[in-house]
Amino acid sequence: MARQKQPTMSRALQRRENISGYAFMLPSLIFFVGFVVLPMFICIFMGFTDANMHDKTMFGSFIGLQNYIRLFHDKTFLQALWNTFIIVIISVPATCAFSLWVSSAIYKMGSFSRSFYRIVFYLPVVTGSVAVTAVWKWMYNNYTGILNTVLKGVGLIDQNINWLGDPKFALYCIIVILFTTSVGQPIVLYVSALGNVDPTLVEAAEVDGATDMQVFWKVKWPQIMPTTLYILVITTINSFQCFALIQLLTQGSSNTNTVMYHIYFTAFKLTDQAGHFGYANAMGVVLAIAIGILSAVQFKLAKEK
Amino acid sequence: MNSGVQHKSAYKIISVVILVILAILFLFPLYWIVTGAFKTGAEINAIKPVWFPSEWTLMNFEHLFSKRTCPLFQLGGLVGPTVPAVFRWLLNTVFMAVMAMILTCITASAAGYALAKKRFRGRAIVFGLIVCAMALPKQVILIPLLKEMAALDLNDTLWAVIFPTVGWPFGVFLMKQFSESIPGEMLEAARIDGASELRTFTTVVIPLVKPGIGALAIFTFINSWNDYFMQLVMLTSNENATISLGISTLMAETSIDMGLLMAGAALAAAPIIIVFLIFQKYFTQGITMGAVKG
Amino acid sequence: MKKFLALALTLAMTMSLVACGKKDEPQSSTSGSQPQQEAGQEIKLWTYPVGNWGDQATVDKLMEDFKAETGISVKVEYLAYSDGDDKINAALTAKSAPDLVLEGPERLVANWGAKGYMVDMSDMLDDTDKAEILPAPLAACTTADGKVYEYPVVMTAHCMGINLDAFKQAGADQYLDLESHTWTTENYFKAIEALEKEFGGPVTAVYCKGQGGDQGTRALVNNLYGGTFTNEDHTQYTWDDPMNVKALEALKNTKGIAFDASLEGGDEIALFYQGVLKIANCWNIAQQMNPNQANTGAGKTMNGEEIICMAFPSENGDDTQLCGGIWGFGIFDNGDPAKIDAAKKFIKYFADSEHTVDAVKTANFFPARTAAEGTDLTTIWADNEVMNDYQVLMPYLGDYYNVIKGWTASRVEWFNMLQEVGQGQDIAESAKTHAEAANAAAQ
Repeated sequence: MARQKQPTMSRALQRRENISGYAFMLPSLIFFVGFVVLPMFICIFMGFTDANMHDKTMFGSFIGLQNYIRLFHDKTFLQALWNTFIIVIISVPATCAFSLWVSSAIYKMGSFSRSFYRIVFYLPVVTGSVAVTAVWKWMYNNYTGILNTVLKGVGLIDQNINWLGDPKFALYCIIVILFTTSVGQPIVLYVSALGNVDPTLVEAAEVDGATDMQVFWKVKWPQIMPTTLYILVITTINSFQCFALIQLLTQGSSNTNTVMYHIYFTAFKLTDQAGHFGYANAMGVVLAIAIGILSAVQFKLAKEK
Repeated sequence: MNSGVQHKSAYKIISVVILVILAILFLFPLYWIVTGAFKTGAEINAIKPVWFPSEWTLMNFEHLFSKRTCPLFQLGGLVGPTVPAVFRWLLNTVFMAVMAMILTCITASAAGYALAKKRFRGRAIVFGLIVCAMALPKQVILIPLLKEMAALDLNDTLWAVIFPTVGWPFGVFLMKQFSESIPGEMLEAARIDGASELRTFTTVVIPLVKPGIGALAIFTFINSWNDYFMQLVMLTSNENATISLGISTLMAETSIDMGLLMAGAALAAAPIIIVFLIFQKYFTQGITMGAVKG
Repeated sequence: MKKFLALALTLAMTMSLVACGKKDEPQSSTSGSQPQQEAGQEIKLWTYPVGNWGDQATVDKLMEDFKAETGISVKVEYLAYSDGDDKINAALTAKSAPDLVLEGPERLVANWGAKGYMVDMSDMLDDTDKAEILPAPLAACTTADGKVYEYPVVMTAHCMGINLDAFKQAGADQYLDLESHTWTTENYFKAIEALEKEFGGPVTAVYCKGQGGDQGTRALVNNLYGGTFTNEDHTQYTWDDPMNVKALEALKNTKGIAFDASLEGGDEIALFYQGVLKIANCWNIAQQMNPNQANTGAGKTMNGEEIICMAFPSENGDDTQLCGGIWGFGIFDNGDPAKIDAAKKFIKYFADSEHTVDAVKTANFFPARTAAEGTDLTTIWADNEVMNDYQVLMPYLGDYYNVIKGWTASRVEWFNMLQEVGQGQDIAESAKTHAEAANAAAQ
């Protein structure tokens, strides 16, 4: 904004900048406004109505804040909101920390083993959540799953655990799958970021007698900070997208409901609530606000660095 | 000092051991898909896991191919030969991912350049909106989007999945970060030479942000390929299904037959894994560039 | 402004591509020689996996014959129970619902019919039809005010499947009455005990992940001690009555019975086929007649053990009340009279003509009517031993309560309750809470 007040900018130049700026923005804006912003506004609007799938009108009638009041008394929704929060709060730091550890273990290896590990950890990302989930569903199976077989084999458990059927475990089981399908990219990023750390600074610190830990936190960590922030952003986005896992594995049972799934459930599942679009959209708005706050915090952090 | 070195090598050995274990864990689902696709019904469904197929069979693929069939393509009145539906699904998925990738790269590089280098009015607002919308899950706007697609008569077409992917502003954000580093003098020089805006963009800007476009292309391709949710909501007919959708339908219909499912999963994963292995160098380079600049 | 031109061009190209990629290209050109006026007309049928109506090869054949006779081509989509409802609801939202759907009255009548999406077909039923269609399916497909939203085709009684070889091995086959295919509650629990002792671990599961196959868990709980799911005139849910609570407690406290929130009906069947579970609660005759995936033959587990059908156990055995399954066609009102006409022709063809035999045989169930346009349907399974054997269960067909108001809500409450019971919450209280919630929705 400060730039716009620069005195050097003449009127004609400003006009030229405006026209060309808008022209370059236009193709992108068509899609962005048409398929993201406009639906978001409709969503906000519908959140204040009793819009219903079965009405012939699109918007129903205006009912003020009733949907929101109902939302905050709706135990299922609040639980879903909490579960969403748990997923993000566990998977984001875990993904970042894990990928940082793997990267620091492999970035000094030979180029063959380095790219081997990079590929291995990236493969679940490209394999696709649906295909991977099909295998995990079997691995977690209460009766025939391999997880129970192996854990019993090594003596860690003596009773089969119903991984996806037990509210104590199910959500974490889903987080594990989410985790394996999202560490790939951060590892690639960290490996190259660590490789780009200025070696002279590291040597200097080592000559000064710094321990490995000190070298890492004092020298390397600040230098890979931009990468860390970028990873935080993409991992957060990623963890909000874990819809397929829930739809394919638990359908929200065993306390694995998330807001993302609950919106879909409310809108389309054959339940008494099905088709309560106003209500579903209100959930969307609450989620969007929550995400907005989270993003704002992250960007503030990014700005400070 | 000596003990320090010992510590170090002990740590190294432990970390290598852990890495190998993790690598096995990460590879296991893929291994299971590939071997499972070729196991007999009795082995893949056995209560005690059969680690390696005792005989390799194509039966699962035969079942998969005969289960659903549909024309390979339909363009206007032209109807392709009837093939197993999985091939149509693959074709659809490739079309969808490639279209989303091309459109995103074009629109995002132009918009990213404008946001970084053009001082037009309202820039801050637009950029603010983009940042806000970036982490927005598509489930939030599910219902309006579905209504909109119905109004545009795009429902149950691949475009209904492609357009929202292109509209997702992450690409613009990424390309803006890249375009920041374009030296102003080069743009100035092009302008003095009398180059039009479009020419400046194609001859000066594009070559400079090429790595960024590469990163974005890969990112969009994979995301679009795996965006199960949009596909689930927007696509209803067998002919317009994607491979993820097709496999999930198999999973829902026949949770009984793991072999069929694994064969489907193998077909779904194979093309993209091959693409990845061939281009993995560009993959890692592209992604890395994106972050280091970003 | 060259770029504007370029942009416009891009957009135009995009739009033309959109036009190309458009769905619903009528595939009429190949057989355009049909003389009928409907030639080239296409209607959409979405079918749930009702027997072999989920099998493309079989259905394609039926549709070809139908097209040869009427000139109407049918585009079929195959839905799964786990997300079929979502797909129809999404399609209704996007105004792209199919013309025809094949499912049961609890969806077509109680849900989409009640919400005004379906076409009333009472004009298709004359007095002969009403006499031919069995009373139970006719009643289930008709609303209180006489509208018919589903034309019934087939019906069955849902039952249990048991692994007979496992029963023999555990010495539990003594508790089965293989003549009448019924057993008492007492014998059921004795059998579970014997099986558990022999094989260890859960031998049967009260699955409660989602809605798939909930008729099995309902029938199990209701029958054990003579409880009911709703009252007689279908105005209130009664599953919190003491008999049901007693049944839930007995199931919960029996070793060998798992309340499992990671399974739905289909998952249970998979485990039953694998030989893990010895009793399946989500069983019916169509499954009995379908070969399994390991190709060991129909009515066999993957290890080749013999499967037989049993009624759900009740206190006297012969007072069991089985849940009916009724399937038929419904028409979505998409506002196009021509399509509705074509859809009615379709229904007439498959539900009330000499072709009904094929429709019924494809579904692997019993016909919902005694005769269709002069074709006797009562004997179509006469030469099928399994079907004949199974026929003994049909008299136990109980009240079809699925048409009660708030049905969809009650199913959610039902499996939520089972999940809570599985997690060890107070059974009477949980049953009461959820039955009340379902009743609130029924008002």
